[in-house]
Amino acid sequence: MSDAPLLTVSDLHVTFATEDGTLRAVDGVSWELREGEVLAIVGESGSGKSVSAQTIMGLTRGSNARFEGEIHYGDHELVGASDAELRKLRGSEIAMIFQDPMTSLNPVYRVGSQIAEQIRAHDDVSKAEARERTIELFKEVGIPNPQERIDNYPHEFSGGMRQRAMIAMAMANEPKILIADEPTTALDVTIQAQIVQILRNVRERLSSVILITHDLGVVAEIADRVLVMYGGRVVEEGTLDDIFYDPQHPYTWGLLGSLTRLDEDRPDRLPSIAGMPPSLLARPHGCAFRPRCPHAIDRCLEIPELESRIGVPGHLDRCCLEPESKRALRVVHGRIGLEAEVS
Amino acid sequence: MLRFTVRRLISMVFILFAISVITFMIFNVVPGGGSEGATLRIAGRASNEVTRAQVKKDYGFDQPVYVQYVRMMQKTLSCELVSYSNQTNVCEEIKRGIPATFSLVIGAAIIWVFFGVLFGVISAMKAGKFTDHFLTGMAMVGISLPVFWLGAMLLYYLTFKIELFPPGGYEKFSDDPWQWFYHLILPWFTLSVLSIGFYSRLLRSNVLDTESEDYVRTARAKGLSEHRVLSRHVLRNALIPIITLFGLDFGAALGGGAILTETVFGLQGVGQYAASSVGSLDLPPVLATTLFASFFIVLLSAIVDIAYAFLDPRIRLEA
Repeated sequence: MSDAPLLTVSDLHVTFATEDGTLRAVDGVSWELREGEVLAIVGESGSGKSVSAQTIMGLTRGSNARFEGEIHYGDHELVGASDAELRKLRGSEIAMIFQDPMTSLNPVYRVGSQIAEQIRAHDDVSKAEARERTIELFKEVGIPNPQERIDNYPHEFSGGMRQRAMIAMAMANEPKILIADEPTTALDVTIQAQIVQILRNVRERLSSVILITHDLGVVAEIADRVLVMYGGRVVEEGTLDDIFYDPQHPYTWGLLGSLTRLDEDRPDRLPSIAGMPPSLLARPHGCAFRPRCPHAIDRCLEIPELESRIGVPGHLDRCCLEPESKRALRVVHGRIGLEAEVS
Repeated sequence: MLRFTVRRLISMVFILFAISVITFMIFNVVPGGGSEGATLRIAGRASNEVTRAQVKKDYGFDQPVYVQYVRMMQKTLSCELVSYSNQTNVCEEIKRGIPATFSLVIGAAIIWVFFGVLFGVISAMKAGKFTDHFLTGMAMVGISLPVFWLGAMLLYYLTFKIELFPPGGYEKFSDDPWQWFYHLILPWFTLSVLSIGFYSRLLRSNVLDTESEDYVRTARAKGLSEHRVLSRHVLRNALIPIITLFGLDFGAALGGGAILTETVFGLQGVGQYAASSVGSLDLPPVLATTLFASFFIVLLSAIVDIAYAFLDPRIRLEA
């Protein structure tokens, strides 16, 4: 693991012009990805996590999208890069897998040929060689009978196998960064475990992984560092231990508190965070979490800075409460959580 | 696959049978039709009772309806059917009209598919911009113009006021290829304008729907060129429903659905023949042309179903 970051996102803003107004999907987000690490980006729907990741690859470009800020990858600056430049990087150095493997593969072409297409888009190899490589990739992700399976159509694969095929496709050109956008969300729990294992192998082999998810269980299995996003901003950032054992932001407490635990009694009601995520069209002033936060004070009307407040350099948060009171406030019913009622 | 084909062939026969019965029945209940009307037509209005009785006997109009039906079907299938209005053989007349109809329809079909797809794709790629609005407007105009009005306008302005094109009629390809082509330009244009408008709208909407599919996003994430994404991923899927529609459209047009265009331009095709026989309530040609048209529609529809199974692997024919 080297120290120089592989990917640097600097003050990224992504807004979409819609009929109902300007939608601020990503509002000043900065982070880094280092080689060989798994960075998990966690948040609810609408937090901006998918948009930030897809923007890395230029997949959010459209006539109504506006971008500010920079994304640096090696010598490339990705926000302003030309389509041609991005196309060279996509699939070869930065690859992405998506949430729903059912619909992410083209139904009219055989699975093998779709993977071979990816290989031949970036490498000048013969069809036969691409086919051989595809078989190898299938073996690596654990698809049985690869020789026959590569000639199957997507609808002949089960959901878990489709996701494996997607991972195989993403890994085909040995990218430096794999972005996995909710890879386990559409799958059964048992299949999820298998996919997580494959992602671990991916990291072993050669890539850094950006894992976007709202499933903290998966995060705990595989992430090195975690970014918590809310309302288009990063509200907390730190190592896995930082986030799980010493979370500093009430939203993180809420996320951890809403996990159901096998080692505790069953609660009467599943704990959740009261209220709704903010509309990205009309965000509340100041801290985006303020309306739902039971601990909000007047100072929360100003947007808190994302900074390290407890002397741990990599652990940043956007909550202006005193660190000492945080330690007390976050314990609800004997574990970390947010109060059930907003007072 | 074989079972499918056999099943379709059997159902084709049933459908054609049903259509022949329905057409026959309709003819018999229409005012001025039936064996009474036919007798009048054949014997002439000024005829007397004796002549008419003779005609009835000769033509079997005194037989029960189902016997008449069977005899007429026999004659149809053995190509011996004779018109009531004049003594021409219906089969021969249809054969004579086929070159004109086929030239018109096949030519127009090529034009309307090509331009329909082209304009549809351009509209979709430039969705929301001026080009899209312009093409959409043109498509609306194309769909709204009545074929006979457009044909008549073109004839008036381009063959009469300015003598740019010949005023209708059909020239055989074997006689003079250039004249054949020259005479068909206006009819081709007239017939395809409606379909170009319709197909381009349909294709535009299919392409836009397909573009928002997840697998297109995957294709872009793989780093494929825009051209490849468009042709291999978007169009390949967006065109599938169009092909079904085209098969049916084409079958219907081929069987004589270009009636209005043929009549306006005097092309003497099967459609025009069908139109004039309906006008004179002449059952034999009406029956024969209806069956002719139905045959093509049913055939094309079966072909389209088979094609669909090839194009979309999720469809299995023996369900």
